[in-house]
Amino acid sequence: MLFGPTGSGMRTGYNAVIGLEVHAQLTTASKAFCSCPTDFGAQPNVNACPICLGHPGTLPVLNKNLVAYAVKMGLATNCSIREVSSFSRKNYFYPDLPKGYQVTQYADPICFGGSVEIETDAGVKHIGITRIHMEEDAGKSIHDLDIDTLVDLNRAGVPLIEIVSEPDIRSAHEAYQYLQQIRQILMYLGICDGNLEEGSLRCDANISVRPDGQDDFGTRREVKNLNSFRNVEKAIEYEIGSQIDTLKNGGTVVQQTLMWDAGAQKTKLMRSKEEAHDYRYFSEPDLVPVVVDEAWRMELQQSLPELALAKKRRFIEQYGIPTYDAGILVDNSDVALMYEETCSQLVPASSEAFKLVSNWTMTEMLRIMGEHKCGINEVGVTSSQLASLVNAITNGKISSKTAKELFPDMIGSGRVAQEFIDERGLSQISDEGAIKMLVDDVIRNNPDNLKKYSEGKTNLFGFFVGQVLKASGGSANPSIVSSLMKEALESVQGSNTLEE
Amino acid sequence: MNEQSTYTADREAYTQSSLSVVQRTKQFLQRITDRAELNAFITINANRAVISAGESDERFTAGLERPLEGLVVALKDNISMKGLPTTCASRMLEGYTPLYDATVIERLRNAGSVFIGKTNMDEFAMGSSNETSAYGVVRHPLDATRVPGGSSGGSAVAVADGMCHVALGSDTGGSIRQPAAFCGTYGLKPTYGRVSRYGLIAFASSLDQVGLFSLSIPDMEAVFDVVAGYDPMDSTSIEAPSIVSIPTDHPLRVGAMPLSQLTGCEQSILDAYGKYLDALRASGARVVDVAIPHSETWIPTYFILATAEASSNLARFDGVRFGTRVDAADGDITTASRTAGFGTEVKRRIMLGTYVLSSGYSEAYYGKAQMARRLIRDAYVDIFKSVDVLAMPTTPTTAFSLGEKSDPVSMWLSDYFTVSANIAGIPALSIPFGTDSAGLPIGMQLQGAMNSDEMLMSIARGLKI
Repeated sequence: MLFGPTGSGMRTGYNAVIGLEVHAQLTTASKAFCSCPTDFGAQPNVNACPICLGHPGTLPVLNKNLVAYAVKMGLATNCSIREVSSFSRKNYFYPDLPKGYQVTQYADPICFGGSVEIETDAGVKHIGITRIHMEEDAGKSIHDLDIDTLVDLNRAGVPLIEIVSEPDIRSAHEAYQYLQQIRQILMYLGICDGNLEEGSLRCDANISVRPDGQDDFGTRREVKNLNSFRNVEKAIEYEIGSQIDTLKNGGTVVQQTLMWDAGAQKTKLMRSKEEAHDYRYFSEPDLVPVVVDEAWRMELQQSLPELALAKKRRFIEQYGIPTYDAGILVDNSDVALMYEETCSQLVPASSEAFKLVSNWTMTEMLRIMGEHKCGINEVGVTSSQLASLVNAITNGKISSKTAKELFPDMIGSGRVAQEFIDERGLSQISDEGAIKMLVDDVIRNNPDNLKKYSEGKTNLFGFFVGQVLKASGGSANPSIVSSLMKEALESVQGSNTLEE
Repeated sequence: MNEQSTYTADREAYTQSSLSVVQRTKQFLQRITDRAELNAFITINANRAVISAGESDERFTAGLERPLEGLVVALKDNISMKGLPTTCASRMLEGYTPLYDATVIERLRNAGSVFIGKTNMDEFAMGSSNETSAYGVVRHPLDATRVPGGSSGGSAVAVADGMCHVALGSDTGGSIRQPAAFCGTYGLKPTYGRVSRYGLIAFASSLDQVGLFSLSIPDMEAVFDVVAGYDPMDSTSIEAPSIVSIPTDHPLRVGAMPLSQLTGCEQSILDAYGKYLDALRASGARVVDVAIPHSETWIPTYFILATAEASSNLARFDGVRFGTRVDAADGDITTASRTAGFGTEVKRRIMLGTYVLSSGYSEAYYGKAQMARRLIRDAYVDIFKSVDVLAMPTTPTTAFSLGEKSDPVSMWLSDYFTVSANIAGIPALSIPFGTDSAGLPIGMQLQGAMNSDEMLMSIARGLKI
């Protein structure tokens, strides 16, 4: 738990109201209004042309994929889609803003009135989405070099959507969950890479506090530059504490725009209300209205994938895995996909096997993904390989312990478990662990003969060995079976003796 | 005045090899030099023009001539041509050379045109007299103490004084039609969107339209045919869905602006207007008086919308990427560069536009002007249900003297007859129609419904002047 200046104990009597503005950089191949590529990490000012450089006389032409992506996000967050929307100009001077204005949507955003679900300790909560609008990104100013301010316009004109929430969020943790949810939806839709650190996902928070029981909102302050999930939670927590302090000390909260200073772990003033920009919005005369007719909207609706929350609920239902497992598996859509592909290759397909796949995915696969910072498809183990391994375990061919030993060798080999088992003679015949399981089964299933054996009818030993061989389909190594059975019967006898 | 030559006549001579494109181009270049005192050009493209004229001659010899082969065109210096300086007659664009061709240039080039140079203009097309140019005033071809009109003054002079066949200009509130009227040429402001704006350096995007100056209607028709049409690089451009033509089932119905609306007109203009209506009648038209509603709102609506858009369009001239950069002790390159780079009229309009868009005033000014724009547009739509065209003078006066209109508002008011066509997006054509007692040209205007450009030209062609 994170604490603001006063600590949570002093917070009683007040509650916080929070709304988030999330900017998501879209992964369209080209920029919003020209055909320049959007690749991240190119040499500075390489992805630029007369249009995105704002050269005189150039005009914008809207990228249709920007519209499609924005509508997808709107549909995925239960928004209404405006059939006709338009662009405006937001005017301000900055060296990294080539035209001296940003093309954005103002009065009539393409999506409005939606909501997303978050799962809180108190149950499912709906956070309203006020609007989602399309706009272009500015370039990047680089100030922290000795020489001068440098401007990189590769990012100028890269398409963004801004997702504005209703002031429905009540705590830093809810804000964190909401942002996670938004990120997950964006990534499921494949329209944003969701990287806060690289700035492809950016978050500003509007925060106010009010005494418990008061209906009206307090004066809000905006906190910008929240470039990690951790900072979102910390900055909001800090700001709530700071505002409550102010009120408790008899002061008033003044409307301001703040920056989160991650180094100092506090918010600092960026500009006061008086210094706020007058953006002089007016409708962009170089673009025509954006029309999303019903046919296109339906087509986009049908292209939507199953989203994480729905998938999570289905996994719990369909595979009988714990909520915790389902949450982890669906967090990344590729992981979820591989989980399902693996499950579809299980023989037999039992809930025990589904859980085993979940365990293997969460431990081994996610561990490797973390170590190599790669996607699940780069781990080097396919769904067929993973399924072969789990099948070998559930069919009693190898023990889990043997499977763990075998797994590292499967990576990158492209070979299924059976091939390793055959090659190394790992199958039942010499796998003591697996044979032991059969031995124990046979003993457990023949209590009468066991009793007789204990009472001295030792010629039943042959019967017990025979039962194990039969259960293994005749493939178990008789000498191992014999020695393990001997051990087992002796230990049973020993324990019986002790009891007596 | 110099021997004026139309492209249509010259093309005949090119075909018969009685004249070469190189000869004609050199004659035009000579005329530009001889008449340097008119200051019609900012950049003369002499070498490239002669080379391209030579290519045109080869085409004629080979029988491979294209639709506008050997057409010699002058370009207003706010139309971007790759590799040729484009200044907008502003210090702000000193040293700037476009990296690309405007769509109109590309189309004319592909049709065989020869580009002779870039013409002088009011700075960023803001002016009605060509006196705001950073490259000096342009003088009237018939009287050097008078203005040629603006903002496309250089283009009008180039055509009127025989320095080219046709010229391209831009018309935001009359910037083609008014100088065409003053200099005695035809001047067309096409329907908004008929000609691509890609490469035209914007003044007011929703009003700007690239248009033409010519000495004859056939020349204008030939060029319009090539430059008009949808351009994927300009989202606001259109392919005319159905071209409005001269009605065949009834006599042409001409709505005449009544005398009561002819605010501030000189007697010579009123006299010419009477003759103009007579000429229309003589060509078979039925002329009726039609008062155009909301005419009192034209000028204020125009100046609010135009300056608002200009304040934003000119924001990109910040000294960072191209053009004039002035370093400043406090590091504010943008303020220093704009202060040094822009002239007085441009600054005045940027300030006015910034004001009318600013928080607290936007609704009262910009918002209201948008509403007025709808009313003006709707009024035109209504009028064109009962008449085919509207007739009115192009300007209230003939060419005035240099320095005569020192008060900006009186200058703005001189655009009274031209701005409404831009506000409504409709086409308008200025037709040379006689002279005043001093021999200065007079222009009369035809306005028509959207996409009636071709019809306006047809009517003008049939008119006995």
